[in-house]
Amino acid sequence: MSTNSQEVLLEMRGLKIEGFSEEQWHQIVKGVDITLHKGEVLGLIGESGAGKSTIGIAAMGYAKPGCRINGGSIKFDGIELTTASEEQKRKLRGARIAYVAQSAAASFNPAHKLIDQFAETVIEHGVGSREQAYKDAKELYKRIRMPDPDQIGFRYPHQVSGGQLQRAMTAMALSCRPDLIIFDEPTTALDVTTQIEVLVTIRDIVEQFNTAAIYITHDLAVVAQMADRIKVLRYGETVEDADTRTMLSAPTQDYTKSLWAVRSFRKEVKAPPPEPTPLIKVENVTATYARGLLPVLYNVDFEINRGHTVAVVGESGSGKSTTARVITGLLPPQEGKVYCDGEELPRDYHRRTKDQLRQAQMIYQSADTAVNPRHKIRDIIGRPLSFYLGLEGDAKDRRLRELMDMIEMDADQFLDRLPSELSGGQKQRICIARALAAEPSFIICDEVTSALDQLVAEGILKLLDRLQQELNLAYMFITHDLATVRAIADEVIVMLQGRIVEQGPKEEIFSPPHHEYTELLLSSVPEMDPDWMDRVLEERRAKGGITAAGN
Amino acid sequence: MLLQRLSLGLITLFVVSLIIFLGVSLLPGDAAQAMLGQSATPETVAALRKQMGLDQPGYIRYFTWLGGILQGDFGVSISNKREIAELLGTRFSNTIFLAVFAAIIAVPLALALGIMAALHRNSIYDRSVNVITLSSISTPEFFVAYILILFISVKAGWFPSLANVSPDTPFVERLSKCFLPALTLTLVVVAHMMRMTRAAIINLLASPYIEMAALKGIRKLRIITRHALPNAWAPIINVIVLNLAYLIVGVVVVEVVFVYPGLGQLLVDSVQRRDLPVVQACCLIFAATYVLLNLTADILSILTNPRLLHPK
Repeated sequence: MSTNSQEVLLEMRGLKIEGFSEEQWHQIVKGVDITLHKGEVLGLIGESGAGKSTIGIAAMGYAKPGCRINGGSIKFDGIELTTASEEQKRKLRGARIAYVAQSAAASFNPAHKLIDQFAETVIEHGVGSREQAYKDAKELYKRIRMPDPDQIGFRYPHQVSGGQLQRAMTAMALSCRPDLIIFDEPTTALDVTTQIEVLVTIRDIVEQFNTAAIYITHDLAVVAQMADRIKVLRYGETVEDADTRTMLSAPTQDYTKSLWAVRSFRKEVKAPPPEPTPLIKVENVTATYARGLLPVLYNVDFEINRGHTVAVVGESGSGKSTTARVITGLLPPQEGKVYCDGEELPRDYHRRTKDQLRQAQMIYQSADTAVNPRHKIRDIIGRPLSFYLGLEGDAKDRRLRELMDMIEMDADQFLDRLPSELSGGQKQRICIARALAAEPSFIICDEVTSALDQLVAEGILKLLDRLQQELNLAYMFITHDLATVRAIADEVIVMLQGRIVEQGPKEEIFSPPHHEYTELLLSSVPEMDPDWMDRVLEERRAKGGITAAGN
Repeated sequence: MLLQRLSLGLITLFVVSLIIFLGVSLLPGDAAQAMLGQSATPETVAALRKQMGLDQPGYIRYFTWLGGILQGDFGVSISNKREIAELLGTRFSNTIFLAVFAAIIAVPLALALGIMAALHRNSIYDRSVNVITLSSISTPEFFVAYILILFISVKAGWFPSLANVSPDTPFVERLSKCFLPALTLTLVVVAHMMRMTRAAIINLLASPYIEMAALKGIRKLRIITRHALPNAWAPIINVIVLNLAYLIVGVVVVEVVFVYPGLGQLLVDSVQRRDLPVVQACCLIFAATYVLLNLTADILSILTNPRLLHPK
């Protein structure tokens, strides 16, 4: 990777940061040491709540609103940031230490052109004139192979794609040629095929300019490609710190090993043989969101059998969730039919019977927004019990307890709590229980694990798998995470721009020959091998096909 | 989208004209009776009614009235027999003059105070500005007016206390005469606009792009003016426009206190004199002002939204 010098650029000693919530101060970061040399890339990894973003941003002497640095020292190139004046820190920010945020779409100001936001830093720090900044921006855009580099900067943020925006933000971070860039989960919000382009950009930039970087992520495979050294964090403390290859091959701490082992889950039981009539049959569905608009689904056609898990994969905008909306009747299709157990379902859910509605349930990505924050768990799960099954009183209470047992949560402890008193994984379990309460034969899981930490996600996948064995449920599993697909799917459907490009049993889809797009998708998923990205780029170059220029 | 707003505005105006007409017709007595006074015999009243077309059914009178207005004919004033359009002309331009005068002081002042308050959130400055503007908005207008007259006009003698302008008052003298009413109005409207500017900006300060700007090392004032303000225009514009409308239609009390010959005073006088055609015309103009200004706010909100202004 990059050439490291022995000169120390950033040194944090015993860093402590606390945050204010629920009327009191909580320690978020509890004494972390970081030493970063010039040109070195350090990966900070951990689950949510580990304090990795907070630490990363503290390298700029900045604490998010509601947080404060309450101990330790942060020395950047000899300057002590904990005691530096606001003006001193302002002069460093953007000029010598730059920041790349997780969501470029939210972090670019919607009111200004990309190139003006690039130039702003240059002008503010007196590095150059607007003309010079424009010229430099165009050159950088070209260097990171943005399409139409001379013109793209004159667009507004909402006029370019997410991947391009993230690369433009990386270019913006470079505008004053900083010594250090903080990358805060820069690819987490992107599709895998876009992610690899951004990763390549970031790595090239860091190498070409010999910039030091702190790369924050929860994705081990990503950090393996980017970092010289990895630091594992948990609850605001360092768990382990070693160079990348050592960390990947020989982690010493149990927590690190458990993180490394997360992707090991595999569905073990084979799915039952298909029955003559499929449980769900989607026949030639074409759908659009408004009359006159182009369809978002074209001739989508597939079946789901009782007890089977069908994974639907594809990038954002490929029509995965729209397909789910058609099946549940939320979006009546223009053409085509949906059958349940051989019986044609009305196109619109208003015209479906209670029993038809009961058969298909949904679990969503964000458990936070899918439950009413003012309802107790008892009411959230109890509602479908009364609505679909007419259960009340003791019978309802008994069933509530059974359901809580099924999702491995203690009824006495949780039934009378509010969702806000639960963790992310627990909330998602409540959503599963709510779906189960209707006694469905088919559940649509829409990105149910993507908002969760890997260990927690693993638990949810195991639970869903066990429930499938016990209740012979069929799942339609919408996801963009191919590791999840490998873990739980029986059959796979690959979607691209509203069409199914490939479908079949998992083993077939995952073994060559692939459809061209499936190939791109599969080869873009980072692996836990530090040489993975170089290998993929090499292969793609050899084929002369899709390169990182993309889009 | 623009056409939709325009047609909605027109429909609103039409409905308002209907309500004004109905409301005025419900008042006891009519123009004929008012003109002839208490002592008139029923016969003479009936004759005058016939002459004025008041004996015709309501809907015919309504459409005749509306048709006239569409051609710029507001009818004739009962009290002095002059063309209402002519009467309104000078009064309306006086009202607009005062409103513009007040707005030129109030809007920049409110924006500046609001921006400064957002910049120094929760500081002594922020709190005192809040307290002062809130007290000035909570004090009745006439009271503010009399206080200003007492101190600025009577005691200090800087500006006249009467704003009795006429069409041939020179511009500078007009400014001097209108200063106190404009200042009164300013004190009344600044609080709203300033508080909305502050709130709209503070609302945005938590957004990721503001944090990004801070991490780019941009100065605080520039973060607020360049990064927050352009995205805060929509709510601010709406409050500004609402207050501008108030400057035009809500000035009755201020005009009376300063004896300013504006539309508000005309309205009050006409109600006293039972000059119903003038009352109707004034109300319609007030309504039209409201609708027009709100339409402007909608259009400006669209124009300041980069997503709508620069589509993909």
